[in-house]
Amino acid sequence: MAETGGAEAGVGASAPSRTDQPTGVWYPRWYWPSFTAPGLIWLAVFFILPFYVVLSVAFGTVDPLFRNPLPVYEPWWWSFATFSTTLQKFSTGDHIYLDPLIRTLIYVVAASVICLVIGYAVAYYTARHAGRRRGLILILLVAPFWISYLMRIYAWQSLLQPDGYINDFLGIFGKAPVEWLAGKPVTVVMGLVYGYIPFMILPLFGNLDRINKSLLEAGRDLGASPWQTFRRVTLPLSKPAILAGLVIVSLPMFGDYYTNDLLGSQTTSMFGNLIDNAVGNAGQGPEAGSLVLILMVIVMVPMLYYLRATRRAAEGMT
Amino acid sequence: MGGWLRNPWRKPRFLEAITWGYLLWSIVPVAIAVVFSFNAGRSRSTWQGFSLRWWSTDPFDSIWHDPTLRTAMFQTFKLSLTTVLFAVPLGTLFAIGIDRWRGRPAAFSNFAMLFSFVVPEIILGVSLFLLVANLLSNLIHLGTVAQVLGLVTFQLSYPFIIVRARLLSIGPEYEEAAMDLGAAPNQALRRVLLPLLWPAILASVALVFADTVDDFVIVRYLSGQAPTEPLSVKIYSAARASPTPAVNAAATVMLVSTFLVITLGWVLYRRFSREESGADVGNFVQL
Repeated sequence: MAETGGAEAGVGASAPSRTDQPTGVWYPRWYWPSFTAPGLIWLAVFFILPFYVVLSVAFGTVDPLFRNPLPVYEPWWWSFATFSTTLQKFSTGDHIYLDPLIRTLIYVVAASVICLVIGYAVAYYTARHAGRRRGLILILLVAPFWISYLMRIYAWQSLLQPDGYINDFLGIFGKAPVEWLAGKPVTVVMGLVYGYIPFMILPLFGNLDRINKSLLEAGRDLGASPWQTFRRVTLPLSKPAILAGLVIVSLPMFGDYYTNDLLGSQTTSMFGNLIDNAVGNAGQGPEAGSLVLILMVIVMVPMLYYLRATRRAAEGMT
Repeated sequence: MGGWLRNPWRKPRFLEAITWGYLLWSIVPVAIAVVFSFNAGRSRSTWQGFSLRWWSTDPFDSIWHDPTLRTAMFQTFKLSLTTVLFAVPLGTLFAIGIDRWRGRPAAFSNFAMLFSFVVPEIILGVSLFLLVANLLSNLIHLGTVAQVLGLVTFQLSYPFIIVRARLLSIGPEYEEAAMDLGAAPNQALRRVLLPLLWPAILASVALVFADTVDDFVIVRYLSGQAPTEPLSVKIYSAARASPTPAVNAAATVMLVSTFLVITLGWVLYRRFSREESGADVGNFVQL
């Protein structure tokens, strides 16, 4: 590759496809794409193709005898019967799917807001006031990432048992034991908060840490009180991180089913539970596919927003 | 103008209390769960004395003697090691390629990879399950192979993001200098870029390993027979039924192995980026 002469480099330099580096080193056109190719092929087969299979299953049929899904791969044979039936379960009749959907929206919004309030306070303290203990606090903040989500929720499941420590603690104040795990929304919402709040804290910390101290000092010099400085300097500067954090935290919550499985009951089921139940049941393959499609549509806007925001941030760095 | 003069440099006791309160709330429940793996009785919520029965002494229910838990432990590590083996090289190469490749297909590839990072896991899990169960049912069966395929797909974006960030901060100057001094592009890559990337690659290995040990959404959908279920799935099934402290012990095994790998990765990361400034916890954390 490097032996090719200068004439080739000249031709390469004038070609519109930009095959040469700015310094004039000549790479063949396939050089860098060949690095990307293995990963791209992998993504194509195991990430993009499965979505097409989901469409084919959702718009396919079910074997009448064995009740396994029969996917239909040709778009012109797609049948939207199951999909519209699934949609109707949200709106007509006794809309059995509508309650989980609304519940999910409420839980996700509530949990995200709580994550933001607590997370912002913790991130702010760590970024600005932690001093010598910052390294230790950071390690403790990152630790939950390395502890299995399952273990953390399981730990709470143990504490919230009728004979668990939470009820023991309440017993000190004379309160009767509470059935925390019998389908209480507050349990599920706090479980979601507990599970996902680390995802909120680290981006907020990264943003607050990078705020130029001289801006804050300028605010003080111009007569702003600490609260005013926070409201008019820090808060606006951290707005991108707040929005990004809310999205990072809420996206997995939309597909969460295991938190409710371990901490809640049928009465607090979420959208993820609908999908999980449909996948397990024979004859409900197309329905599971339809629900996955609906979930994709619901999360599409926050996902695209997040991708655009990170791309802008990355471009700002280069 | 009312207002009472408050010292703007006073210690923020309120925020400090919230922060340490949060840290306790975050860590203590897990610590309690670990301690309960040494419970003498069957309860995971009432302490009944100290015992090693769930770890090794109970001939039937301890994780050492229970064959299903032993198999699950080996399956967990088998999946993690295999996933790291595939995901880190693929992701690293992808990052190097995307960093230098320009144009529309590159932007699309970048987008596809980041898309796989933000998509909720249940969507990926169900899609892969439908793929293996229907389209590829003659080639791949549900089981270890399918689990590895799913895990690699899910983890691919982590090495990509980490290595890409590192590449952005390295810049092209070192390779260009090497090639000015006469190295071929391959040599420049191998002898200049790769050593510079090494800390990021190590960090990816640690992260992918830890994440795979803990993963259960994708793995559960792609599991075949019972022996292919790793510890995470076994813990999930047990937690929904009637768990004994053996579950706590199994979870502690996962926890300890993850921490060992992360610590090892952190130590090696420090060693390899010793010469550079800013190789502190903050850097490692923000990767």
